[in-house]
Amino acid sequence: MKFKAEINVMPLKALLDPQGKAVTGSMKNIGLPEITNVRIGKHISIEIEAASKEAAQKKAEESCKKLLANPIMEFFEISIEESK
Amino acid sequence: MKFGVVIFPGSNCDHDMIYVLRKIMGQEVVELWHKETSLQKCDMIILPGGFSYGDYLRSGAIARFSPIMEKISEFADKGGYVFGVCNGFQIACEAGLLPGALLHNSDRKFHCKNVFIKTQNNHTLITSGIPKDKALKIPIAHGEGNYFNDAESLKQMNENGQILFRYCDEKGNITPEANPNGSIENIAGVCNAKKNVFGMMPHPERASDTELGNTDGKFLFESILSLVQA
Repeated sequence: MKFKAEINVMPLKALLDPQGKAVTGSMKNIGLPEITNVRIGKHISIEIEAASKEAAQKKAEESCKKLLANPIMEFFEISIEESK
Repeated sequence: MKFGVVIFPGSNCDHDMIYVLRKIMGQEVVELWHKETSLQKCDMIILPGGFSYGDYLRSGAIARFSPIMEKISEFADKGGYVFGVCNGFQIACEAGLLPGALLHNSDRKFHCKNVFIKTQNNHTLITSGIPKDKALKIPIAHGEGNYFNDAESLKQMNENGQILFRYCDEKGNITPEANPNGSIENIAGVCNAKKNVFGMMPHPERASDTELGNTDGKFLFESILSLVQA
């Protein structure tokens, strides 16, 4: 079966996110000062061939731990759907 | 002494490093393409600066899985000397050869300028020949040089003498103003616990030729040669 995983890799909450900070500053300039604390990460979408959703979840987690995210600076969230 | 300078797609300080080691320091140097799996009996492996794989995903994240990196990890595990500069430092951290990570500069700018760094441990292969308490003038050129590690790891690194360099001012004072990129504790360079793998963001190879008007980087290469050849 084929699955599709949508992965968000985000800077750890305790760390400064310079990109997010710059965009937060721009919100004021476009007249949206009520928008604060912008955090910017990466959205990665992958396809996985696996026997079950659990197996696909495991593979996706492995890819995050080994390559897609660096735990010293980032955390990740995965959501998996079967590809139609 | 035989040096191997690894060339990844996107390395761009490889030839500066080769020039300094070969022409200025008079050593044997081989170029190691990242797809090779032989380290050609080198005494020290250098991971040079640049933008390996275009810094895709994270700086150094993809280069660390190049075929040669597995051999370099084995070499380092056995006590072999590895030295990463700038992108090479980022690659060594991603590969787990060095502790910590390099984040985007806290002020969001790419900095290309001379900075000053102060040696924190004069008893390592790359620092032993540096005059004690001298503020070395060495250039940086990076957008992601903001060194970070968690508090517990930093404590261990400090206790174990793994902090090699801190950013300082011209007089050697380690101040927040002298920190160009937001690095935690002003850290500019570190080594592993066994002290055979070294990494730093400033470029000593860009400060080793009198023609460039700045030779403070040469202290590091002289340190390496004096200890290994002693």
